[in-house]
Amino acid sequence: MTDRIAEPWGARTPYAAGQRWPDRVDTELAEGLDPEAVDWTQSAAVLHSNGDGIDIASHNGRIAGVRGRRADRVNHGRVDPKDLFGWQANNSPDRLTVPLVRDGGRMVESDWDTAMNRIVATTKALLRDAGPGSIGFYTSGQLMLEEYYTLGVIARAGLGTNHIDGNTRLCTATAEWALKETFGCDGQPGSYTDVDHADVIALYGHNVAETQTVLWSRMLDRLAGANPPHIICVDPRETPVAREATVHLAPVPGTNLALMNGLLHEVIAHDWVDRDYIAAHTVGYDALAACVADYPPERVAKICDVAADDLRRAAEIIGHAQRLLSTVLQGFYQSHQATAAAVAVNNLNVIRGMLGRPGAGILQMNGQPTAQNTRECGANGDLPGFRNWRNDGHVAELARLWNVDIATIPHYSEPTHAMQMLRFAEQGTLRMLWVSATNPAVSLPELRRIRHILGQTRLFLVVQDIFATETAELADVVLPAAAWGEKTGVFTNADRTVHISDKAVDPPGQARPDLDIFCDYAERMDFRDSDGAPLIAWRDPESAFQAWQRCSAGRPCDYTGLSYEKLRGGSGIQWPCNAEHPDGTERLYADGEFWSEPDYCESYGKDLITGASIEPTQYRATNPDGKAMLRPAGYTPPHERPVDDDELWLTTGRTVYHFHTRTKTGRAPQLNNAAPQVWVQLSAGDARRRGIREDDPAVIRSPRGCVQARARVGGIRDGVAFLPFHYGYWDADDDGHHRAANELTITDWDAVSKQPQFKTSVVRISRGAEEDRSGW
Amino acid sequence: MKLDLALRELHRSETSLGRRFRRVGERHQADHDVFHLCADLAGWSDDHVRRIAEAGPSHGVRLADSPPRNGRLLSSVRKMTSVALGRRPEPGLLLLADLRSVYLHVAAVSVDWELLAQGAQAAREADLLELATQCHPETLRQMDWANTMLKELAPQVLTS
Repeated sequence: MTDRIAEPWGARTPYAAGQRWPDRVDTELAEGLDPEAVDWTQSAAVLHSNGDGIDIASHNGRIAGVRGRRADRVNHGRVDPKDLFGWQANNSPDRLTVPLVRDGGRMVESDWDTAMNRIVATTKALLRDAGPGSIGFYTSGQLMLEEYYTLGVIARAGLGTNHIDGNTRLCTATAEWALKETFGCDGQPGSYTDVDHADVIALYGHNVAETQTVLWSRMLDRLAGANPPHIICVDPRETPVAREATVHLAPVPGTNLALMNGLLHEVIAHDWVDRDYIAAHTVGYDALAACVADYPPERVAKICDVAADDLRRAAEIIGHAQRLLSTVLQGFYQSHQATAAAVAVNNLNVIRGMLGRPGAGILQMNGQPTAQNTRECGANGDLPGFRNWRNDGHVAELARLWNVDIATIPHYSEPTHAMQMLRFAEQGTLRMLWVSATNPAVSLPELRRIRHILGQTRLFLVVQDIFATETAELADVVLPAAAWGEKTGVFTNADRTVHISDKAVDPPGQARPDLDIFCDYAERMDFRDSDGAPLIAWRDPESAFQAWQRCSAGRPCDYTGLSYEKLRGGSGIQWPCNAEHPDGTERLYADGEFWSEPDYCESYGKDLITGASIEPTQYRATNPDGKAMLRPAGYTPPHERPVDDDELWLTTGRTVYHFHTRTKTGRAPQLNNAAPQVWVQLSAGDARRRGIREDDPAVIRSPRGCVQARARVGGIRDGVAFLPFHYGYWDADDDGHHRAANELTITDWDAVSKQPQFKTSVVRISRGAEEDRSGW
Repeated sequence: MKLDLALRELHRSETSLGRRFRRVGERHQADHDVFHLCADLAGWSDDHVRRIAEAGPSHGVRLADSPPRNGRLLSSVRKMTSVALGRRPEPGLLLLADLRSVYLHVAAVSVDWELLAQGAQAAREADLLELATQCHPETLRQMDWANTMLKELAPQVLTS
């Protein structure tokens, strides 16, 4: 069998345009086990956003391996290397197995009653003394749908706080906002099956080869077959995608919007647009054309430092595509003018009429496995079911559904985003923060600041996780949670495919499913509805799912046609799935009809530059009939930028072998050995100018901190350095804070999506000895 | 004809608005979005000042094309103070007050643009109408931004 560390994408199974992607079933089992001798339980992948259907092997009460599900529409049997080996983390001896509480400054082992009662006592005291605005929840893109929905009801209808967000703010907030700005509503337009049909695949800041390896295998198989598609790659690094690209554009960080406006300029100037589609299905074309008229190739080439001819060639390929698939990820989402640039990708597809047909689509991607559920359940700065917080009718629906007074549900402003919650905590007005399944002490920007905020004694910090993360070390109460494979629930991937993940084994020790923990809290808090009945009327996953189905009814993310039973046995199913679409829906907007009608839409949108809310009356005037909206914006320079040749741009990102902050992948020997230590990548020229050679120690400094890493030379454009963001301190060799990329990153976020910028910090790099840690 | 007066007034109000944006940004450096956006939006006012100054001579007014800079010393004192106070709750109330003053200031500038546009139409001064048509929408966006921030921050500040 292929060594999947050396060859992450496995063996090729070529296919031609329009053909079915061949199956290839990948399996990994603990040594000495026979596939016939283990129990198999249906699940899906949780170490990336692709949503590959996999089965979990269990043996003697322990997880013992995985196998790809041949029947699944997403992966046709394939398994990402992280999933092939990552399951071993479940069996790790250092799992959290008992609740911990802080006593006299240190964490001690405790029990569930003590831990939960402390949380309840603190909640009640805060509600009495400071009101619901003193309590916040920061959740994840890695829990399950039932858990997010329950948490959302607790926060909004139980406590009445507006402070609930997910770490999806770091990974998918811009995807969501780009869709809301263009289509009035969240919801992935395209489908992974568009890869089977596309003649051009344009990847914008999307290193799919490392973020979604199985989807990249699908693209590689198209490239290896008859009539392969053209690949357009926009990325400052020479990624595997760039190496397969017909045109690779490597813009200077922070200039994505200028690049996109340049592409739009060419497509419009050459009239490669679908005028009938524009006339019938869109508003705003004239303003878009006027805006991008200022971005001829020569000007864009200068701003982005790319060759004007490369830009022209890319625009020509995109302009002549018959089936154009555009995909977008963190290179755009975590950069300057994130939403405006991602919206510009939508604009390109829409003016070419490339939407809703096989091969013609948009995939605004996610970074995490269940990020889509965070969005749809209202744990990512929205109300549940893609409801519009500015639409009183939508809020009234929720009040009826939950049987609470409408005034209980905060809808006086947009739900508070994570960075603002942290700011409120920094100022001392948010005094209890409940973090579930995420690790902000490594993943948020400017870590020295984050550690200070989370470590304050005046902040009561609850951490619910499967391992003692860097964040858990700062907590007042730590709750041990069940991991994937130890609980049942459903989750939805980046192309709306809903999978069920069944429980294969029991959680270790006293660890409990996150849903159990949230329900326990609700019961101890005694949250009641208007008639005195328990607010949370469910305790098990299936009844929680049914409660969510009622919430989703009639909304774009309609789950009413699904059930646990229907999700078991075959492939995942794409929402909306209801009476009208009992088998799910492969592509949205096939008929040029959108969810942007003023009374139905999820959002009235925001100004792409300032982030100011667009008023309902203004929305109604510009888009009364619910069409797609072409929203332009001009390029502005990033707030921090290099001032001389000594300074470089820093971008952060992933390696194929790790996920998030390595809590799981760092505990799988094969994955850890494949990438055990942080490194810094810089161009040959930039390395030479600093006297740095391959594998030399280097010191990377910004005004916010200092990181030490070994150098990898080449594979990136001049003027830019890259650090992987996975590495924190739980397995570091020493006590300092010189390993996490986020020691260096700037605190700045997109005005629209509020997604922090991880791609546009400024650093200085020098060849450095281990002890040299002098500052900026 | 008093269009020169309208131009002069706009030049004055846009100049002081740019200054106010900078000052508010510097005072709230620990509120990172306010800090960055205020700098960006000050740039819009600077741009308006430049355009007004360019239009001036053909209407008999000579105006400076760039606003006088804030003193560097005062500016860095403001920044340092905002960082030092960044962990206290009181600046929340101060930020609300500052955003309120920004909002009212932009509203006044917006009225000035309206007056100029009306006068320009009546006098058939196409270049001034064009100037107002270009700049006024940006003024309204500055106002929308302040309004949005006020709405977002007020609940926490006023209930904590």
